[in-house]
Amino acid sequence: MNPTNIRDPEYFHKVVDCQYACPAHTPVPEYIRLIAAQRYTDAYMVNWESNVFPGILGRTCDRPCEPACRRGRVEDKPVAICRLKRVAADHKEDITDRLPEIPKIKNGKRVALIGGGPASLTVARDLMPLGYEVDLYDNQPGGGGMMRSQIPSFRLPEDVLSEEVNLILDMGVNTFFNTHVSSMREILDKGYDAVFVGTGAPKGMDLNIPGRDDVALQAHIGIEWLANVAFDHTDKIGEKVIVIGGGNTAMDCCRTARRLGGQDVKVVVRSEFSKMKASPWEIEDAQHEDIPIFNNHVPLEFVHDEGKLQGMRFEKVEVQYEDGKRKLVPLDEPPVFFECDEVLIAIGQNNTFSWIERDLGIEFGKWDMPVVDQVTFQSTNPKVFFGGDAAFGPANVITAVAHGHQAAISIHKHIQGEDVKDRPAPGVNLVSQKMGIHEWSYDSEVSHDERYLVPLLDKEVALKDRKLEVELGYDGKTAYEEAQRCLNCDIQTVFTTELCIECDACMDVCPTDCINFIENEEEVVLRDKLRVPAYNDDQDLYVSTALPSKLVMVKDEDVCLHCGLCAERCPTGAWDMQKFLYSVTKAGKSNETPLAIG
Amino acid sequence: MSFTKSKFRHPKLPTNRRGFTRASYEGAISTLCAGCGHDSISAAIIQACYELELEPHKIAKMSGIGCSSKTPTYFLGKSHGFNSVHGRMPSVATGANLANKDLTYIGVSGDGDTASIGMGQFIHVIRRNLNMLYIVENNGCYGLTKGQDSATADEGSVNKKGIENPFYGLDLASLALQAGASFVGRSFSGDKNQLIPLIKAGLTHKGFAFLDVISPCVTFNNHEHSTKSYGHVRDSKDAVPLDFIAHQDEITAEYDPGSTQEVKMHDGSYIRLYKSREDYDISDPFAALTEVAKYNRQGKILTGLLHADTYKKSLHETLNTSDTPLQKLGDEDLIPDSEFLATINQSLR
Repeated sequence: MNPTNIRDPEYFHKVVDCQYACPAHTPVPEYIRLIAAQRYTDAYMVNWESNVFPGILGRTCDRPCEPACRRGRVEDKPVAICRLKRVAADHKEDITDRLPEIPKIKNGKRVALIGGGPASLTVARDLMPLGYEVDLYDNQPGGGGMMRSQIPSFRLPEDVLSEEVNLILDMGVNTFFNTHVSSMREILDKGYDAVFVGTGAPKGMDLNIPGRDDVALQAHIGIEWLANVAFDHTDKIGEKVIVIGGGNTAMDCCRTARRLGGQDVKVVVRSEFSKMKASPWEIEDAQHEDIPIFNNHVPLEFVHDEGKLQGMRFEKVEVQYEDGKRKLVPLDEPPVFFECDEVLIAIGQNNTFSWIERDLGIEFGKWDMPVVDQVTFQSTNPKVFFGGDAAFGPANVITAVAHGHQAAISIHKHIQGEDVKDRPAPGVNLVSQKMGIHEWSYDSEVSHDERYLVPLLDKEVALKDRKLEVELGYDGKTAYEEAQRCLNCDIQTVFTTELCIECDACMDVCPTDCINFIENEEEVVLRDKLRVPAYNDDQDLYVSTALPSKLVMVKDEDVCLHCGLCAERCPTGAWDMQKFLYSVTKAGKSNETPLAIG
Repeated sequence: MSFTKSKFRHPKLPTNRRGFTRASYEGAISTLCAGCGHDSISAAIIQACYELELEPHKIAKMSGIGCSSKTPTYFLGKSHGFNSVHGRMPSVATGANLANKDLTYIGVSGDGDTASIGMGQFIHVIRRNLNMLYIVENNGCYGLTKGQDSATADEGSVNKKGIENPFYGLDLASLALQAGASFVGRSFSGDKNQLIPLIKAGLTHKGFAFLDVISPCVTFNNHEHSTKSYGHVRDSKDAVPLDFIAHQDEITAEYDPGSTQEVKMHDGSYIRLYKSREDYDISDPFAALTEVAKYNRQGKILTGLLHADTYKKSLHETLNTSDTPLQKLGDEDLIPDSEFLATINQSLR
């Protein structure tokens, strides 16, 4: 193998599994250490800079970071990254004086944001400090988009949502709420220098099976029903409720139904349990609230008595795989009937761009989705940008935030007359953590504690009020213990060939057998020959240049504990523990810090 | 700050056929200087025991005094151990071995512990061919007392203070050969490919197996004009590669018999030397002595297996002790009843 180029910022970035997996690349270990140090406000600001909604995301994030967490490969469960983020938000002090300054004299350029969700708000946050005048249009009475209409208050209290939405709106965004935008032409005619479309995927899919039209009043589209609950248009539901669908919306629907009077609430899903789209923890939460889940049941019909819903019939199926393709094969059993008073349909959502005229230079492609550049988020009309679910279909809040940051860069570059394809390099910093022979400026000792559970509100109490937050959050002490479970993957093991005397001390002491001194080979062979073969191809091998003995040092990054023992046992400092800080550069910022690597 | 090592191990750490992982053979974290050759030897012992599938509770670690003799704390944490008196490890090991011949004995000593204060004991344990592996972790200096030249420091080697050693160094491998050791090898802590098979062979050898392992002292004897530094040893040793094939191992590769020399062990295992020593027969100790001397004169270090005599009687065989370890014999075996005692007394009249 060729020696690893550690000067490529992406090499060490990839070692920080959580940050790499995060669409917004939030420097997770950095803020977790700040939480452990009780520097909650600092931890909050690290988050705010990167993901804009720490309090919201600390409660609702899809957490792509957690399945990626190295801890989950070393032991059973990853660090509770998401809930630690919430701790920073819960315990922070006033941050007003840390917010960016908004120029009083504007730069004369105007940007329209269509939709008031996380993507648009992120664009506003990045553009307001640069002096833009920003107009935000949304058909809802307040900002936040689906975070307001679809995420129930028992998961995300309204005050937490409003606080973080208002941090942005209060920068001086001109808001046009309760305003339905029905024509892109009208917006473009207003002479904006750029338009950002962050309208999400607002159209819930319907279940077109026999009886559907007859029970229109008793069967609801999940996201519409959730919005009606959120805006106080709906405050009760029948005793027996069926929720159709296996995603996170279905979980929100069934749990909300439990709070609005649903006694016998069940979730019915076509697919098998393991293929459900909902996050495992959201499924757990639903089950905890006594909601059974019936898998492998395909809806057949709504059963009603002259328009009065009686229940639903389902066909039981078996999952079979043919050439890797999943097939639901009916079982030779009579259909299953479940009684119910109301049905919530949560089987997916779609985009809708009927309001965008097709003669504005905005090209549409497959599935009537706009043609959007994956990197710049620019459409084929150079003035028009898309982000969040509106760009590539439904994803999640953190993805929308990531899109927002990138779109803001593009919008700024476009308006300044720069090439939108010329993306700013990330900010990178690499600094030794050595303080003494056995001392590092981070807690190198590895905690062996198991993941701490977040305390919950008593179920009886929680089910009585849809606005009562179920999760109570970690207290300071538990947050500290959980934070200590973080392996500090951003404290990199940096190897300097010229200093190595090949004493093997690092290899001998490494608890997880990551380090090898071995004859160089091509990668497949090398992976096979390591002390513990490295069969996790997602994780890189760190290969040195040739040592005097002609061997090379090969480190399998897979389960390195970042404990620093290799560097402590190294007599010559050939190994050093260096903190790697990677930050995604935002609109209007350039990154001039050279990559300092020893 | 980590004077402790995490309990986490690689989740895919392989196991040997007894179900032990390499971690089952580990000990406490080392307190020696970072980069000490001794730690590397400890790691080699761990690897060798793992590969030989020994049961940790059937191993006894014996040592004297010195940096080397501290190391048994750092490996085989679940085995028996006796950290004895300076230079007296052979006596204690002899006593332990006589009481319980069922254990595998690993003695760890240093150049001070063996070549100075323990020289008398060393020679006699060889002479008796006690069944044990005796490793000298040889760094040519007294590291625990700030790096004075030891008896194995080479003539002309310069110590950390810049003073040249005026005396010639004792060659422990030659001494062992002369005293009649049935198994003699030399290796280098920085060459595990050679050291691990040698340790495995030594542990399997029935009789006294001696390994002189050059083990640089990073703190006091790893500078430019030292002859026991990582750099010097690496440059001046010849590496005769060898493999140890335990009787339970699968034979995975065939070699041209002309290019290898094999040494059969009593249990069916064998040592295979590549690039066979054309110059002498490994079963002849005098030939080995000559060869070692030849290298020494050139300022080079001859490493690998130097001599093996797998037929020589071990101490238990010579003394014709009972098959059951003495420690396991009960009162009925050891105390004769009155009738039998009378017979004995009668025979002495």
